[in-house]
Amino acid sequence: MNEYLSLFIKAVFVENLALAFFLGMCTFLAVSKKISTAIGLGIAVMVVQVITVPVNNLVYHTLLKEDALSWMGITGVDLSFLVLLSCIGMIAALVQILEMVLDKFFPALFHALGVFLPLITVNCAILGGSLFMIERDYDFTQSVVYGVGSGFGWALAITVMAGVREKLKYSDIPKGLEGLGITFISAGLMSLGFMAFSGIQL
Amino acid sequence: MSAVLNSETKKVLTDPLVSNNPITLQVLGICSALAVTSQMSTSLIMAIALTSVTACSSAAISSIRNHIPGSIRIIVQMTIIASLVIVVDQILKAFAYEISKQLSVFVGLIITNCIVMGRAEAYAMKNPPMASFIDGIGNGLGYSLILIIIAFFRELLGSGKLLGIEIFPLVKDGGWYEPNGMMLLPPSAFFLIAFIIWVFRQWKPEQNEPADFKIMDISHGEGGHH
Repeated sequence: MNEYLSLFIKAVFVENLALAFFLGMCTFLAVSKKISTAIGLGIAVMVVQVITVPVNNLVYHTLLKEDALSWMGITGVDLSFLVLLSCIGMIAALVQILEMVLDKFFPALFHALGVFLPLITVNCAILGGSLFMIERDYDFTQSVVYGVGSGFGWALAITVMAGVREKLKYSDIPKGLEGLGITFISAGLMSLGFMAFSGIQL
Repeated sequence: MSAVLNSETKKVLTDPLVSNNPITLQVLGICSALAVTSQMSTSLIMAIALTSVTACSSAAISSIRNHIPGSIRIIVQMTIIASLVIVVDQILKAFAYEISKQLSVFVGLIITNCIVMGRAEAYAMKNPPMASFIDGIGNGLGYSLILIIIAFFRELLGSGKLLGIEIFPLVKDGGWYEPNGMMLLPPSAFFLIAFIIWVFRQWKPEQNEPADFKIMDISHGEGGHH
């Protein structure tokens, strides 16, 4: 249990996808002007991350890994070079399915998240999460924990960022730094704050 | 070749460097890039990889642009880009294994780099292959420029080296330079990008963003009318 808790804390704070690895930066900067939209996008990323990381883990371990096809009686086949293509295809397909399921069974949720879902296919945080999972060779349970943690960390970062930017509107900033420049500086300061967790051992 | 290098082509090639830079103005492609800038060598490899993927994918997509049905164009573009990235990834693993280990997942993340998708969608779908190829190279160079500037400062100030060659002798080796450890950590990349944006916008003020709110001028704003 302890091992999973420390993996979760690490994924949320120390290895925050947005602030330590710069993943999903485009959407992070573009959609963090209002807290309410930021929370919506954050939840959407979290939901997709929780589904895609474990599914990609299953696909990798049963189909693509070296000798993974031995359950079908085929040995000596290494398809791991297909990882990139299969991950991105899987993500695109899952986002599409999620969109249809939400539309059919949870219309209210679909209207809240609907605009963000297509954006998520090309969000590097989602693909990055799956690729990190494969690189670090997580097993299935670990990949579930990592999916929840990294998605939550990203949602937390974008929500906090939106809060900072709402306050920043009223400050007097040098002309050339207005908008994008000051956003980068505040993201840098936040990233410094998140790094303070890196010494924690659980 | 002379017909290719006319003024139009030159504009397509050099425009994205400063006046329409994909990173500082269009806010594209920041995603997978900044984490690789703590060293010059990794950023150079990343810059070359991204430029070649953008150029080749733009040319490939543009050459079949009239045959792609509109409703599935994103999937088609993704597949082309992903296949090219796999080629780049395999080449790096074969010829530059050490660097490909350091770049870890970031080569794969070129797939979701907004510059590649953005150029495919905005330029290659409407223009002939040769022009798209050059547009891809131009945007790749604009990205490379920022990446290399950041990596220059991060590696020089963070470890006193450039491309692994010692420039400032460090205190711990008997020299005079005390390295700034923060330059090797992620926050410094955010700060450096902010400064680059500031310099660009001071130089070309038309890139400034309109402010959401204006601070009221006290001497005239007594009545509060705007």
